[in-house]
Amino acid sequence: MSNNNKEAPLIEIRNLHFSRSGRMIFDGVDLDIPRGKVTAIMGPSGTGKTTLLRLIGGQLKPASGTINVDRHNVPELGHKELYKLRKRMGMLFQSGALLTDLSVFENVAFPVREHTKLPESMIRSLVLMKLEAVGLRGARDLMPSELSGGMARRVALARAIALDPMMIMYDEPFTGQDPISMGVLVQLIRLLNDALNMTSIVVSHDVKETMAIADYIYVISTGKVIAHGSPEELNKSDSPWVKQFIHGMPDGPVPFHYPAKDYLEDLVSGTG
Amino acid sequence: MIGWIRYLGRSGLHFFERLGRGSIFFFNVLMGLPFLFFRFRLVIQQLYVVGVLSLLIIIVSGLFVGMVLGLQGYNTLVDFGAEESLGVMVALSLVRELGPVVSALLFAGRAGSALTAEIGLMKATEQLSGMEMMAVDPMSRVVAPRFLAGVISMPLLAAIFSAIGVMGGYFVGVGLLGVDTGAFWSQMQAKISWSDDILNGVIKSVVFGVVATWIAVFEGYDAIPTSEGVSRATTRTVVHTSLAILGVDFVLTALMFE
Repeated sequence: MSNNNKEAPLIEIRNLHFSRSGRMIFDGVDLDIPRGKVTAIMGPSGTGKTTLLRLIGGQLKPASGTINVDRHNVPELGHKELYKLRKRMGMLFQSGALLTDLSVFENVAFPVREHTKLPESMIRSLVLMKLEAVGLRGARDLMPSELSGGMARRVALARAIALDPMMIMYDEPFTGQDPISMGVLVQLIRLLNDALNMTSIVVSHDVKETMAIADYIYVISTGKVIAHGSPEELNKSDSPWVKQFIHGMPDGPVPFHYPAKDYLEDLVSGTG
Repeated sequence: MIGWIRYLGRSGLHFFERLGRGSIFFFNVLMGLPFLFFRFRLVIQQLYVVGVLSLLIIIVSGLFVGMVLGLQGYNTLVDFGAEESLGVMVALSLVRELGPVVSALLFAGRAGSALTAEIGLMKATEQLSGMEMMAVDPMSRVVAPRFLAGVISMPLLAAIFSAIGVMGGYFVGVGLLGVDTGAFWSQMQAKISWSDDILNGVIKSVVFGVVATWIAVFEGYDAIPTSEGVSRATTRTVVHTSLAILGVDFVLTALMFE
């Protein structure tokens, strides 16, 4: 690979438009995800952050625009090419998405068994190494129903890195975690990214944790990228949007009230 | 009136939209079947879940249906002095109609609803999305083995239902009501045709297997990924499968036994 390719962003999104059930989710989004870095996509709930990951993974198709992942335009890929590309992607779902009828060991072994013909002894070593990386080697025989939320996410993380992907997408990794699990996940995301030389995309609205590990942040709202930069740059930003989001202010450009008719008029009308 | 017409139009559109989605889904399932040549272990696992675990309800129901046929048939035939034809009556009713139809209805309630709930919950808990992102096609890995297992199980279950039913009829007719054993079996042997009766019954149960399993896996895959959505899909599986089987049975009977 030439130097040029190494420096080119792993993911380039240009002029992305996507709507669902008549509602515009993305209205001309442009963003780059650099190689080897932790990039965070932040924004209020319901702005389409998870949708963006699904678009990158090819589970959804945009109305228009390009999503280049390692120089492959995902929306134009056929079934075979898309699945070939996905072997090099990892995704950590909010729920963990572990297969409930398989043990922790078998869950991590699942992608290895599906995509390789490695002997059983090698699969065992590989799975134990991945579980050791997330600190759950001792939990290999547990079933998903016996795991806490944080443990389930760590198992899912071990499964996501089982085939040593080039990139990993984290969908709200910190939501609903106790402080210890949150700390473990924050540390793991950074550690795995650097140790495995991966590219990480973290979708989250947990400002503190995300800013602690991200190299670069995109803030999305109302279908557009409203700000981007390093955590320090965003902290110093003058934009009222960014200020409201970063400092968690209840009112601002994102209104506290859902759109409604005049309050007084609504009260006296007596209907509806 | 306008509201009623609008409702009818909307329901019609919704029906055809789902039928179209279901047909595309069916095509995709068929495309996933070749994958199973290399992974037949997946089908064997599902044969156990879909087929073997349905055996109890099939055997018990078959026995009782056969016993009732023996009792009712005897009471009718004895008025005409034709009680020796009880074996033919019981066997024909089972092989041609009751075996395939009742076992398919039981299959819809026992295995079909379980398939829908399982696939629906896998969707609701993002397991299917997780597989897609691991480059594992859920259509080949999850849906196709369940579909094939259902299609293989159905004729076997119907055959077991009919065989047990005949035993039930024999037990009541010969054992309790005193019909001659020789007449019971020999008339059955003489009057039941391999191609007209048994083969047509098998064809029916294969068609029912395709219809019942297709509806079950489609409803699961198409379920709204919430607990209410999965619950509704499970109900729809049982209702739609039952109606479809009865409707298809009429068409097949009209074609087979003119």
